[in-house]
Amino acid sequence: MIKRSIFSNKYLPYLLILPQVLVTLTFFYWPALNGLINSMLLSDPFGLHTSFVWFDNFVDLFTDPLYLKSIGITGVFSGATAVTSISLGLFIATLANRACKVKAVIRTMLIWPYAVAPAISGILWLFLLHPSYGVVALIIKKTFGVDWNPVLHGSDAMVMVIMASAWKEISYNFVFFIAGMQAIPTSLIEAAAMDGASPFRRFWNITLPLLSPTLFFLMVMNIIYSFFETFGVIHTMTQGGPGGSTNILVYKVYQDGFIGLNLGSSSAQSVILMSIIIIVTILQFKYVEKKVQYTG
Amino acid sequence: MRGKRIVAVLLTSLMLLVGSNAMAKKIEIQWWHAMRSARGEVCKALIDKFNKSQDKYVVIGTNKGNYDEVLNAGIAAIRAHKQPHILQSFEVGTQTMMLSGAIYPVYKLMSDAGYDINWNDYLQAVLSYYMNKDGKLMSMPFNSSTPVMYYNADMFKKAGIPLPSKSDPMTWDELGTILKTMIDKKIAPAGLVAAWQSWTQIENYCAIHNLPFASRANGYEGLDCVLQFNSPQVVAHIAQLKDWMKDKRFLYGGQKYQGPKAEFIAQNAAVYIDSISGIAKLKKAVKDFQWDVAPLPVESWMARPQNSIIGGASNWVLAGHSKEEYKGVAAFLAFLAQPEQQIFWHKQTGYFPITLTAYDELKKQGYYKEQPYQEVGIKQLNRAIPTKNSRGLRLGYFVQIRNIVNEELEKVWNDTKTPQQALDDAVARGNKELRAFEKIYN
Repeated sequence: MIKRSIFSNKYLPYLLILPQVLVTLTFFYWPALNGLINSMLLSDPFGLHTSFVWFDNFVDLFTDPLYLKSIGITGVFSGATAVTSISLGLFIATLANRACKVKAVIRTMLIWPYAVAPAISGILWLFLLHPSYGVVALIIKKTFGVDWNPVLHGSDAMVMVIMASAWKEISYNFVFFIAGMQAIPTSLIEAAAMDGASPFRRFWNITLPLLSPTLFFLMVMNIIYSFFETFGVIHTMTQGGPGGSTNILVYKVYQDGFIGLNLGSSSAQSVILMSIIIIVTILQFKYVEKKVQYTG
Repeated sequence: MRGKRIVAVLLTSLMLLVGSNAMAKKIEIQWWHAMRSARGEVCKALIDKFNKSQDKYVVIGTNKGNYDEVLNAGIAAIRAHKQPHILQSFEVGTQTMMLSGAIYPVYKLMSDAGYDINWNDYLQAVLSYYMNKDGKLMSMPFNSSTPVMYYNADMFKKAGIPLPSKSDPMTWDELGTILKTMIDKKIAPAGLVAAWQSWTQIENYCAIHNLPFASRANGYEGLDCVLQFNSPQVVAHIAQLKDWMKDKRFLYGGQKYQGPKAEFIAQNAAVYIDSISGIAKLKKAVKDFQWDVAPLPVESWMARPQNSIIGGASNWVLAGHSKEEYKGVAAFLAFLAQPEQQIFWHKQTGYFPITLTAYDELKKQGYYKEQPYQEVGIKQLNRAIPTKNSRGLRLGYFVQIRNIVNEELEKVWNDTKTPQQALDDAVARGNKELRAFEKIYN
């Protein structure tokens, strides 16, 4: 029998959800609506000269080859960051799951980088990789003779920001993967081992499919992370340079809006960014989730 | 009888209360600024001194973060009608502030408050940056600096090259020869590094060589200006730097100052172009070699180089306060311009004194004999009457334009574009920003 609570008062349920509705309205819908309105305005920063321009801001953006390039850069950056951090997180989790003696220590230590803020992560990596004062950069240049210079070469800069962004997320992914692995019944794996399946085979045919909900969740989270939260990394490491080669969408929003005070274009960019994220997430749920096997 | 006495006592105490309240109630002047740490302390000292010097007004200084953050805080406050009296804004935001409609021009404030200021006593290269097209001062200059050339004196001596003069600039050709000698003799791993490339290599290059950065007197005379820094001279300059990269006479160290400064301190580069405010940082950081300061190099075809232009910030008075309060604002601004305060400010922070009186006083005190570095910048600023090309830049979306210049220059340095193409593209992209800005205000 289904237990049902019946409210005698018709308005009570609405009253009860009112706080939540108010919070959502003020902190989510109201700013989003404002962004939407602003994206169709041409306005000075002080709001004293404002005119409504319909979709001019969007048209300007989509006819600007550099903006389209920035979308491409963001795609490459987010894809590479997500793939790197997920695959490394999974790899380390697999190893850590097998280590017996110092499992707890390894696990704890691997979680630490997640506590580091993206901006700090950027600075740490800059101290390693900056061509003028980076320790690792000097080694790369002196020992391997590679012309490593992220201040000058766009591709080097891209590699650098991907490393700094992925590094932090590896821990996050690691935690979820190791939790997921521990939920896999050992009996399954033991049975497979008795049937003569190699470790790789066991991983591929048992662990990975059972991990697929985790993997899917992490994919969504990592893409969102690399779209938005990597702002700090870019800000401290390259400021979008050199020559705009690491100017990802979220950084461009900040530069045009907060620094450059072009609120119309910046709002239009936020709206586009929001739409991209919505589309990407819908696509993930529509196509990728079909391959996910939820247990239970 | 008794009742009357009580009334009398009550009345007197009431009057005393009101009286003392009026005495205690000073008029508050809010000043939002971007000066932190050491500079913030100096600001605080100036404010305290002003507050003690009189009993009518009390200035409250608040640090609202860096330049961008202060400007954004000011914008938010103006939108909410809770603006401070004085807002410090960096030089790049001048056009935005001027057009905002939210300011009380300083020249008007001072004359309304009954101050008769001799503007001729001010350093013209500083003042002109903040004037409107009719030569009226819109905001009060506060902290101003200009780029200069630092050099590693030890390397110069080792190479047997006489040290550059502190007042007469060397030519770019001479600099090229000097750097070549040093690199060939393996005294310096690389030659020149430059911080803030848009400001030091394009904006100031245009000013010093009396070339327009933009039409309509660098934007002073109208929003319909177009960028013009892709002139043959500027292209030749950038091409020369690009050429110097081949034999390491020029080394690109990044857009801001951190990278170039690190190269200079590590003795990877012999010459370093940066703001005069770098003196304090170098004094602190450099321990193992002698360095000195010289004016920025000039092309040999430029017989009488113009003044360089400034960077830094000025104080804007915001509209919407009472007359009484504005009297206090004027008193505070006048106080800050006093020679004594200017000398203190200059000595503590390295930013220029804004009046000639203060400068002369410093000279008289022999300050520049002790601190010869400090005078290089002032002399460079003061060596000519500012022309339309050298008094400053008045551009909308200037931050974006600088960004564009930085981006395009980087494409020159990493071989993606030729100097001509990069500067043409920078001009075209920058003009788009200018047109977008113009559209807002008509």
